[in-house]
Amino acid sequence: MPKDTGIGASSKRREDIRFLSGLGNYTDDMQVAGQAHAVFVRSTVAHGRIKSVGTKTALGMPGVLAVFTGEDFKDVGGNPAGWLINSRDGTPMKEPKRPVLAHGKVRHVGDAYAAVVAETLQQAKDAAQVISDETEIEELPAIIDMAQALADSSNRVHDEISDNQCFDWGWIEDNRAAVDAAFKSAPHVTTLELVNNRLVPNAMEPRASIGEYFPGTGDYKLTTTSQNPHLTRLLVAAFVMGIPENKLQVVAPDVGGGFGSKIYHYGEEALVLAAAKQIKRPVKWTAERSESFLSDAHGRDHVTKIELACDKEGNFLAFRTATLANVGAYLSNFSTATPTFLHGTLMAGPYKVPHVYVNVKTVFTNTAPVDAYRGAGRPEATYSLERVIDKMCRELDLDPFEVRRKNFITTDMFPYTTPVGLAYDTGDYHATLDKAMELADVAGFEKRRAASAAKGKLRGMGLSTWIEACGIAPSHLVGVLGARVGLYDAATVRVNATGNISVMVGAHSHGQGHETVFAQVVAEQLGVPESSIEIVHGDTSKIPFGMGSYGSRSLAVCGSAMTKAVDKIIAKGKKIAAHMLEAAEGDITFADGKFSVAGTDKAKTFGEIAFSAYVPHNYPLETLEPGLEETAFYDPANFTYPAGAYICEVEVDAETGKVEIASFTCADDFGNVMNPMIVEGQVHGGVGQGIGQALLENTSYDENGQLLTGSYMDYAMPRADDVPFYVVDASCATPCTHNPLGVKGCGEAGAIGSPPAVVNAVIDALHRGGHKVAHIDMPVSPARVWSAMNA
Amino acid sequence: MHNFDFVKPSSIADAVKALSGDGAQALSGGQTLTPTLKQRLAQPSVLVSLTGIAEMKGVCMGADGLSIGAATPHAVVAREAAKDYPGLAALAGGIGDPAVRNRGTIGGSLANNDPAACYPAGVLGSGATIVTNKRKIAADDYFQGMFTTALDEGEIITGVTFPVPQKAAYVKFNQPASRFALTGVFVAKFAGGVRVAVTGASNNGVFRWTEAEAALSANFAAAAVEGLTVSPEDMIGDLHGTPEYRAHLVKVLTKRAVAAAH
Repeated sequence: MPKDTGIGASSKRREDIRFLSGLGNYTDDMQVAGQAHAVFVRSTVAHGRIKSVGTKTALGMPGVLAVFTGEDFKDVGGNPAGWLINSRDGTPMKEPKRPVLAHGKVRHVGDAYAAVVAETLQQAKDAAQVISDETEIEELPAIIDMAQALADSSNRVHDEISDNQCFDWGWIEDNRAAVDAAFKSAPHVTTLELVNNRLVPNAMEPRASIGEYFPGTGDYKLTTTSQNPHLTRLLVAAFVMGIPENKLQVVAPDVGGGFGSKIYHYGEEALVLAAAKQIKRPVKWTAERSESFLSDAHGRDHVTKIELACDKEGNFLAFRTATLANVGAYLSNFSTATPTFLHGTLMAGPYKVPHVYVNVKTVFTNTAPVDAYRGAGRPEATYSLERVIDKMCRELDLDPFEVRRKNFITTDMFPYTTPVGLAYDTGDYHATLDKAMELADVAGFEKRRAASAAKGKLRGMGLSTWIEACGIAPSHLVGVLGARVGLYDAATVRVNATGNISVMVGAHSHGQGHETVFAQVVAEQLGVPESSIEIVHGDTSKIPFGMGSYGSRSLAVCGSAMTKAVDKIIAKGKKIAAHMLEAAEGDITFADGKFSVAGTDKAKTFGEIAFSAYVPHNYPLETLEPGLEETAFYDPANFTYPAGAYICEVEVDAETGKVEIASFTCADDFGNVMNPMIVEGQVHGGVGQGIGQALLENTSYDENGQLLTGSYMDYAMPRADDVPFYVVDASCATPCTHNPLGVKGCGEAGAIGSPPAVVNAVIDALHRGGHKVAHIDMPVSPARVWSAMNA
Repeated sequence: MHNFDFVKPSSIADAVKALSGDGAQALSGGQTLTPTLKQRLAQPSVLVSLTGIAEMKGVCMGADGLSIGAATPHAVVAREAAKDYPGLAALAGGIGDPAVRNRGTIGGSLANNDPAACYPAGVLGSGATIVTNKRKIAADDYFQGMFTTALDEGEIITGVTFPVPQKAAYVKFNQPASRFALTGVFVAKFAGGVRVAVTGASNNGVFRWTEAEAALSANFAAAAVEGLTVSPEDMIGDLHGTPEYRAHLVKVLTKRAVAAAH
């Protein structure tokens, strides 16, 4: 019988009532008394020197309250990169200043160089247009192509960085010679050059911020679309604005999706605070969709050459990759970690390959900054690996399922240290592959292929066996890797006098369903109804210092902190119960919401203990503080390692090149599952985005740096009819060995595992149709498929 | 959006008068104009709504064929033309999404003449007549290139009259993002011959593929166009497809339209 409450139950998402009925409270929904409106003036050229900013006319326009330019912020700090990466030669990465507003130069289309604050949005827009018209920018040649950017030192995104390179990273540099030697002696080498296409995150809610300043106290408040309010507070206060942290409250209310793009601090947040202080009124800004396209941190954008060395039976001997990773015009907060420690460390996959070497050169270009997007580095690693393995199987005429099987790390090998520096704690890759093959009815493929052929369609099947490192992250480890922050999380469990419970968590829910799942976990631990538990998040004035949600970390890290805080509540409850029941503390047991004296029928309910803690008339006050509230911080001992096997079947219309997903099967190992329905939903969403990347989404800049895909007229998002009914399974669970719930994380898996399964399926279909196409870059659009077939 | 005045006349005469003013702009369903206004790419001083004029609405079968009022939304055409002209009704039912189909109008689509719109293929492929407040214009004379038509300044399309063919079908291949026609082909078989109109493909907007018309007039079967080729010259090349790809699609979709015609 499936459970109907607590851990393992598919409790319905309590937050959906407000999200689905228009009762959510998003930043733009808030009308703060006296609010003025900010509009940003953004560069229409990709690269240029600012000669003058035309603010004069605008300042006299109706309703205009203030105008800001880069000059106003030249003395405040820059928005920093969160990770310091060293190049192969030991030199630190180049870190150009990222100002609040562009100063001196504009570096991408959409780079904000001025802002207007006015009484109304329309007035601010009118003035912004005039500033744009009256500004003089000397256009410089745009730097778009990464290889060209590295080769041509005469044209520079940042004048002080001669080769447009941020760093040249080798992982692990000491292993390079051994990897090269393995390639020299290998019986077979497969080489593949591929592009991991740039993506625009496209959260349903665009970014928005409201800045407030309270002259009476000198306090600031920032309401903003953030996945991590404390991180934003740290960046805004300590690094950019110089506001003491204790004088800045950051609130991230209901947030309509982030996918990574709302991890980062953006200049607009600093601007609304500075403006609010100057005009002594709240200042609101909400991005238009076209601003989101131009100024949200984009994702992916790697150009990679991957080589696989193996024997003739397909046993892997070594992987070697060389990647150019686009960081865009400025370093966004996680941009240096994404192509390195979230990518290079995964380049062994779930395989017992002895030698791996990864080289990544990160390149500045006149494009929007690129940073972590759902999966962040791990989709790039998985795509490279799973595509080159597929190509090798074709070259050597080997079965792709068998090749994976013979190369998998086996269950007797855990804990397993990879040649790229991770220690996998547990997994069973054969089990997920077997499960996927069963659910996808691999044995029946030939029959389905024949049925497709009868309709004139080419059918193909593609496999991807993926692994990721998430539950980000052990602070000691990321510190060694260059992180400038710790990546623990925190939770406070406050039992109220009447026995209901408020749980304040550092994780932030922007669609994930934390309010439901976290309550399930606490309800299970305490034996109380889920409905008596409230999950509070997103406000630095309410929650303990937490690091927010990204990297599939919320449950694995913050959930662990929460369970530890609940453990403390139970421990204290036992002390109170021992006093009330006149028993030794060691004799008190806690189960099903009751504190009992072992071996007797003497018991106190959880509610009675809570009441006693706040009305301590009969209470051991001489040895125990009243109240029932506990906080725990949790820093994980290791990453978690979800893994799985995805099988995609496609039908290709050979006349038009159009690909349709016929079926998509996922067998995942997420460790213990707290809410199967929500986990399934996360997989659906992730695979949907992966299918979007594989078939549809294309971010294209022309040679002048104009974004050709700056609206939904040209940027193709996956829609309901682009994706199939998924088959999703999470039954092959090997619980995480080092966190209390045994959970691994499921938020990014779908986006990580799915793109290579789709592309492998398309290539398979084409081969079965007699078209010997080695590779097609994503998005595998109809035109690209047709061109490949007719090349 | 900039500020503008809004008028909603109830007669064609009043609409014509309102449109004669400085900076006046006709607004039908607004499916192109409203986004343009929101992006501040247009700044009319007066918007003249054409959707309050009763005589410009509705679908009706008459001696000249099927007449559709210019302010009739696509969804209404999809529903009400289904019996008399199913090929055209299907075209209307495949435009955009339900919101677009319930706001967008045939007159608005034709006046705008987007090179990737569906209706121009249906109108040219049917050899329909565009009726304005001043005159009647044959479809062959009406479409004059991308976003260009025979309409004079201030001239309003009031309706369109379609001769009804024996068989017809429209097959559209979607541009993946916008789902406008990357290429769309309308084929109509009349007693006197076959017309084939192509949208989405050409730099010159909707056009007739006369070689296919001749071949299909002799033999209305997909095989009849097998031996023909379409030149990629003057075809649109963009992110979503090369001129060669679009030229190829013209032939593929023509065959499919012939097979689907009923």
